[in-house]
Amino acid sequence: MHQTFDAALGIDLLHVNQAGADHNRAHFDAWGITCMNIMSSPGAGKTALLERTLEGLHGDLAIAIIEGDMTTELDADRLRQYGVPVIAINTGRSCHLDAKMVAGGIHTLEHSYDPSAIDLVLVENVGNLVCPAEFEVGEHAKVALLSITEGEDKPLKYPIMFQEADCLLITKVDLAPYLEVSIDQIAANVRQMNPDCTIIPVSAKTGEGLDVWFEWVRDRSLDPAASRRVSTSQSGVHAHG
Amino acid sequence: MHETDMTKALILTVRDWWEAQPGQPAIEKVHLTVGKFTCVEPVGLQFAFEVQTRGTFLDGAELVIRETPLIAYCHDCQSEYRPEIGLQYACPTCKSPMGDIRSGRELKIDRVEYAEATADNFRV
Repeated sequence: MHQTFDAALGIDLLHVNQAGADHNRAHFDAWGITCMNIMSSPGAGKTALLERTLEGLHGDLAIAIIEGDMTTELDADRLRQYGVPVIAINTGRSCHLDAKMVAGGIHTLEHSYDPSAIDLVLVENVGNLVCPAEFEVGEHAKVALLSITEGEDKPLKYPIMFQEADCLLITKVDLAPYLEVSIDQIAANVRQMNPDCTIIPVSAKTGEGLDVWFEWVRDRSLDPAASRRVSTSQSGVHAHG
Repeated sequence: MHETDMTKALILTVRDWWEAQPGQPAIEKVHLTVGKFTCVEPVGLQFAFEVQTRGTFLDGAELVIRETPLIAYCHDCQSEYRPEIGLQYACPTCKSPMGDIRSGRELKIDRVEYAEATADNFRV
């Protein structure tokens, strides 16, 4: 006789990643580090933004970079020139960073550097507008970039990332005179699904808007209580301090 | 392909449950809920599940996916509405931004159906 039974699980598919992200965040909290997850499609200008950010916040904040790239260390090498800790994570064929990969980066940070001397960790995610939005890595804030050459409709077509972002940088605005694109329309499309998002138009080339971005980062880093995401996993989080 | 990673997470979670069961029953179906407002494509999940479970304790098990629609609640209008993914997320009546998502973000393993070895199974 063949009998069928039913077992209710009710478990979130991403709960393992979520627990890992909470664990990473607990490490950052114990060291007094603010972590930001920087996400965009390939070529939106994440690395250029980080270069300008390392220059602009030099002396204000001690910054370390965790750099996710599919196969190379090209981006990491660009950022190493600024004399800050840059930890490269090759994601292989995976199209996003996940909590476990970033935990590896944190391990390196802990053993090769002095994490208690660092204020801010910027995680440069793999260029991809879809997957990174679903995989939290332990960040306190999510930052999305959208370059104006990508078009006004992208927030509508790839909504999850823009819905989750705490800050949206509309990049390459120096190109606006050459394009038929409305920065206001990009902002309006994001606000439809994320009314509280801070939206900053910037140009890494001319420096436009970067002061506003630096201010936003400084505020979040020096007053972490202002915007910190709280741990959401039900499993216990243990900070090793 | 993040469906591959999602499937890996799914298999590990179900295996945790399965290993804790007495006699490790044969799993026949795994029921998932996947919201429309996620980055997950059910067809991709089905394919990844079929490939990744071959030769494992889930070989031959069926993946049953229930999709849930994106439903938002407009506090100004005090009513639910269905945003049109890719086109329009604000409330169609008053244009308030989509603030309160009531359905569509689910990525959940709901339940598992399994056959348990009963005394009858052992009769020849």
